[in-house]
Amino acid sequence: MTRFETAFAKGPALVCFITGGDGDTAANLDALVEGGADVIELGMPFTDPMADGPAIQEANIRSLDKGTRTADIFRMAAEFRARHPHVPLVLMGYANPMTVRGPEWFAAECAKAGVDGVICVDIPPEEDAALGPALRGAGVSLIRLATPTTDAARLPAVLEGSSGFLYYVSVAGITGMQQAAQASIEDAVARLKAASNIPVAVGFGVRTPEQASQIAKVADGVVVGSALVDLVKQHGDKAAGPLKELTSALAEAVHSAR
Amino acid sequence: MTAQPPVNSLRSLPDASGHFGQFGGRYVAETLMPLILDLEKEYRKAQDDPEFWAEFDALMKDFVGRPSPLYYAPRMTEHFREAAPAGKGPKIYFKREELNHTGAHKINNCIGQILLAMRMGKTKIIAETGAGQHGVATATVAARFGLECKIFMGATDVERQKPNVFRMKLLGAEVVPVTSGAMTLKDAMNDALRHWVANVHDTFYIIGTAAGPHPYPELVRDFQSIIGKETREQIMEKEGRLPDMLVAAVGGGSNAIGLFHPFLDDPEVAMTGIEAAGFGIESGKHAASLTGGKPGILHGNKTYLLQDEDGQITEAHSISAGLDYPGLGPEHSWLHESGRVRYVPITDDQALEAFKLCCSLEGIIPALESAHALAALPQLTAEMDEDKILVVNVSGRGDKDIFTVAEALGVEL
Repeated sequence: MTRFETAFAKGPALVCFITGGDGDTAANLDALVEGGADVIELGMPFTDPMADGPAIQEANIRSLDKGTRTADIFRMAAEFRARHPHVPLVLMGYANPMTVRGPEWFAAECAKAGVDGVICVDIPPEEDAALGPALRGAGVSLIRLATPTTDAARLPAVLEGSSGFLYYVSVAGITGMQQAAQASIEDAVARLKAASNIPVAVGFGVRTPEQASQIAKVADGVVVGSALVDLVKQHGDKAAGPLKELTSALAEAVHSAR
Repeated sequence: MTAQPPVNSLRSLPDASGHFGQFGGRYVAETLMPLILDLEKEYRKAQDDPEFWAEFDALMKDFVGRPSPLYYAPRMTEHFREAAPAGKGPKIYFKREELNHTGAHKINNCIGQILLAMRMGKTKIIAETGAGQHGVATATVAARFGLECKIFMGATDVERQKPNVFRMKLLGAEVVPVTSGAMTLKDAMNDALRHWVANVHDTFYIIGTAAGPHPYPELVRDFQSIIGKETREQIMEKEGRLPDMLVAAVGGGSNAIGLFHPFLDDPEVAMTGIEAAGFGIESGKHAASLTGGKPGILHGNKTYLLQDEDGQITEAHSISAGLDYPGLGPEHSWLHESGRVRYVPITDDQALEAFKLCCSLEGIIPALESAHALAALPQLTAEMDEDKILVVNVSGRGDKDIFTVAEALGVEL
C-alpha cells in the first residue's frame, strides 16, 4: 500500500497545509503530525500565488522575504521524511517554480526527498504535458483539483492521470475566504466519489472543527490551510504549540466520523 | 476575419490547444478552465458571425473614430536622413493610434471583448490596469454598454496615476486598490484573477493585452489587427507598395501584434519590437523579458518572463507604466524564437530623448510607450536606404505622461 492508501484506509483523514519557510517549518510540521494530521501539504512559496487569499499570500511573502529557496523546500521535505517515514507528504504550489528547471528535475527531486504527491494549482489537465508525465514517471502522484465549475463532462479528464486523492475545492474562489454550504459539498462529493476510485478530500474555507466534522461525514478527507497559516502569522517561530492544539481539535472532529 | 491563412503561414497559430510553439496555453486554476473553454467556443461563433463584426466595425468607426490616419512624418524623416550615412534614411510614417477615443489602441480590444461578454450573458466587467490606460478604456466601454465595472489597480499606481483614477470613476467604474505584492500591474492582475475565480458565473475579465490564457492572446490580437489591416490599405493607397519595416513598442505586446500580424506572411516586411530596458539591461532594473528573461509560466500562459533561477517572478522597471510588466504575450515569444521579428531593448533615457524629439519635430506628444518605438529610429534609419518605407505605431498619446516626463527632466509643474 502507498502512504496515501494507508492514510485514507483508516476512514476520513485530516489534511493539513502550511507554507514552507514561514516560521519554524520543521517544528510546525512535527506539531501537525503530533496533533493527528494524516496527510501533510507543504506549500512551496511563490511570488504570485493567484489562487490564494490574503492569509496564504502573506505566508508566501514572509517565506520569500526570509530567503526561502526551492532547495530549502526539498531539504525540509527530506528531513520530514526521515523523521516521519509513514506520513504522506504533498508539495503544493504553482507551475513556474515547479517547471523552471524542467519537469523531470522537479519530479526526480520530489522522489529523492520522499514526496508522495504534488498539487500544482495552475496546470489543468489541458496542460498536463508540462508536469504530469514527469511526475508519473518518477512514481510521484499528481493530485488534481476539482471545483464547483468542474462538470460531469470534464471530470474524467481531471481524474485521468491523477492519483493519491482528488482535492475538491468546495468554493469557486480563493483559499481561506468563504465557506461552502454543507448541502452543496454533499452533492459534489457524492458526484465525485461515484466517478472516482481515489479518495476525495474537501478544502478551501474550512477553518473550524465543527465544519471539519460535518464534511468528514461525507468526504474521505478534510483539508485545512489558512486557519493554520494564520497561527504561524500570529505566533511566528513559536507557532508549534498553537498549531498542535488546533490540529488536535480538527483531528478529533474528523476522526470521530470514522 | 474568417479567411483561412495559407499552409505554412506564420499567421495560423495558435494551434487547436492554444499554443504558439511551446508558448501560450491555458495555465489556469481548474475553477476558470470551464469558463475559458466557453469563451473560446463563444469566440469561434463570433468569428463566423458577420453581425458580430458589423457591430464591431460600426463602433470602431463612430465611437472610436477609426480608421486612424497613416501620417507621413516629414520632419522626422528629414532629421534622420540628415543624421544617417549618405543615401540612408527611409521615409517615416506614423500609424496614429493616439488619435483614437481614449487616446490609445487599447479601446480596439475593449470594444471586441465587451461585445463577447454580452454575447456570453455576463453582466459585470473586471479589468487590471497599470498606468490606467486599459482601465480607462474598459470603464469607457462598460459605460457605453451599461455594464457594472471594477478596475483592479496596484495601490502604488493608484497614488501616482490620480488623473486616470478620477477618469475611471467619472466613467462609473469602481477602482479597487490592490495592496498585495509590489502593488503594481502584476499584482493587479493577480487580484483580478482572484476576483474572477470567485465570480465566474456573472463576470467577464477584459484582459488588456495579448497575453493570459488561450484564447485571450488570439482574440486580443484579432481585435488589434485592425491596426495592421488599415496600415496595409493606407500604405498601398499612399505608396502603392508594402512598407519595408514596422516598428512598435512591446509591453504585453498588443499594439505590436496588432500592427505586425497582418504582415507576418509578407517576407519583404521586416519588423522590430521594442522592449523597455529601463535603466539598462545590465542594471537589472528593466522590463525586457526577451532580452533579460527566459521562458516560464505566469498569468495563464507560457512565455518569456523576468524571473530568478527558482522561477520566482522579479519586479520589472520602466519609466513607461504601460511597459512595466515582467512578461509579454506568448506570440511575441514565438516570433522571437522563430526569428520573424527582431526585438530590441530601449532605455528610459533613450525613450525620453525620442519623446522630446517627436514633440518638437512633429507636433505630436507621444505616449512614453510609443516613445520607446520612436527611440529605435536612430539605429534603424541609419541602416535603411532612402527609398525604403518605415511605419512606427504611435500607439498612444502622451498627455498622461507629462508628469512623469517633467519629473524625469527635473521640471516642477
